[in-house]
Amino acid sequence: MANWVPLWLHRLGSPPVFYRFAGAVRPWALGLAIALGAVALYAGLFVAPADYQQGDAYRIIFIHVPSAWMSLFIYGAMTLAAFVGLVWRIKIAETVAMESAPVGAAFTFITLVTGSLWGKPMWGTWWTWDARLTSELVLLFIYLGIVGLYHSFEDRRQGARAACFLVLVGAVNVPIVHFSVNWWNTLHQGSTVRLVGPSHIEASMLWPLLTMMAATKLYYIASLFARVRADLVASEGGKAWVRELLAREDGAA
Amino acid sequence: MTPGSTTAACTALLRRDLTLAWRRRGDIAMPVLYALIVTTLFPFAVGPEPTLLARIAGGVVFVTVLLAVLLSLDQLFRADIEDGSMEQLMLAPQPLALLVGMKVLAHWITSALPLIVVAPLLASMLKLPSVAMPALVLALAIATPLLSLLGGVLVALTAGSKRSGMLLALMLLPLCVPVVIFAAGAVAAAQEGLPWIAPIAWLGAGLVMAVVLAPLASAAALRIAMDS
Repeated sequence: MANWVPLWLHRLGSPPVFYRFAGAVRPWALGLAIALGAVALYAGLFVAPADYQQGDAYRIIFIHVPSAWMSLFIYGAMTLAAFVGLVWRIKIAETVAMESAPVGAAFTFITLVTGSLWGKPMWGTWWTWDARLTSELVLLFIYLGIVGLYHSFEDRRQGARAACFLVLVGAVNVPIVHFSVNWWNTLHQGSTVRLVGPSHIEASMLWPLLTMMAATKLYYIASLFARVRADLVASEGGKAWVRELLAREDGAA
Repeated sequence: MTPGSTTAACTALLRRDLTLAWRRRGDIAMPVLYALIVTTLFPFAVGPEPTLLARIAGGVVFVTVLLAVLLSLDQLFRADIEDGSMEQLMLAPQPLALLVGMKVLAHWITSALPLIVVAPLLASMLKLPSVAMPALVLALAIATPLLSLLGGVLVALTAGSKRSGMLLALMLLPLCVPVVIFAAGAVAAAQEGLPWIAPIAWLGAGLVMAVVLAPLASAAALRIAMDS
C-alpha cells in the first residue's frame, strides 16, 4: 500500500509521463500562485499594520523574505535532484536540477536588490559586507557558475552531470547563509520566523508573509514544470513520443 | 619499493610531472612575473602613499597570489588529456584519487611555491610592516595548497571542455572566499599586533579536510567530465 509513492516517482522518471504530469499541474500551480500572490501583496501593502519603528518602509519584507527563502529552498531542491541524478543516473532529475538554477538565481538577485533598497533607508547604506549579505552574494555566484558550467559543454547530458556535481560542491554554502546571523556579528537581523516554536513577528504581518511564501513556491513549481517540459521536447526531439505529441498538436491546431 | 605498487605509481607520477615542468623551466617564472607586475600596478592605481599601501598590502598580495594560482590551474590536466595520458591514469589499478593528488602536489610545487618565496618581496614593495611577514608566509603556505586542491576539483569538472579560464574563475572564486577571509584576517591581525594564530588554525583545519576529500572529489569529477 505504501508502495504507490515509489512506483509513482519511478514512473515520473519517464519523459513522456513527466511531460503529461507537468502539463496537467502547471496551469493550476500558476493560477494559484498568481491568486495567492495577489492576496499576499494586497494584505502586505494595505492590510498589515505599519511597523512601530520602520513605518511603512518595512513592507518590502513581503517580497524580500519570500525571495530569500526561495533562493535557499530552490538550492536545496537542486541539491536533492542533483544527488538523485548523479547517483541513479535519472535524466529527469538532472533536467530538474539544471532548469531550477536560473529560477534560483533570479530569486537570489531579487533578494539582494530588495535588500539593498531596504537597507538604504534603514541602515543608511546600499550594501555592507556582513556575513548574511556576503554569503547570499556568494550563493548568486554559485548559481551563475552552475548555469555557466552547464552551458559550456557540447554534450548536454555530460554538462548536466558536471553541473550537478558543482551543485553538490556548492551546497555547503546554504547552511552558511542560513546560520550566518547566528554564527557571526551581523548587521542583518536574526531569524524571527521559526519553523519550530513561536515566531517573533506579529500575526497580522505573519500571514501575508506565509501566503507570499506559498505563492512563490507554487510559482517555482509552475516555472520549473514549464522549463522542464520545454527542455524535454528540445532534447528528446527525435523520439517517437515527441513526434506523436507534435502530430497531435498539429492535428488539433 | 615494489614496481606496480601504489607508492611506486605515485612517486613515478610525481617525478614525471616535476621533470616535465623542469623541461619548461621558463614557464615556472610566469606566475611569479604575473604577480610581480600586478603588485606593481597597485601603487600606480591607488597612489604611492605608504600608509594606504601598508593597509592594503596583505590583501593585495593574497589576492594576486590567488589569481596567479588560478591562471596556472587551467593547465593542470590539459596536457595529459590532450595526449591521452589522463585516460591511462583513469584506467590504472591504483586509486585515481591518489594519482590526482600527486598531480596537484606537483602543480603546487611548480606554481605556488615560487609565489610563496617571492611573496615577502611583493609585500615589502607594498610597504607591509615586517612584523606581519611570518603571518603572511604561513598563511600563504597553508592557503595555496588549499586553493590548488579546491581548484583541482573544479578543473577536473571542466576537463576536456575547450572553454575559457574565466568559467573556472567564476566557479572557484566563490568557494575561495572563506580562504581569503581567514588568510587576509591573519595578516591584518598580525599587522595590528593582535594574536593571529586563530585564522591560521582555521586554514589548517580546512587544509586537512581538503587533503582528504578534494582528491576523492577530483577523481569523481574527472570520471564525470571524461565520461563521453
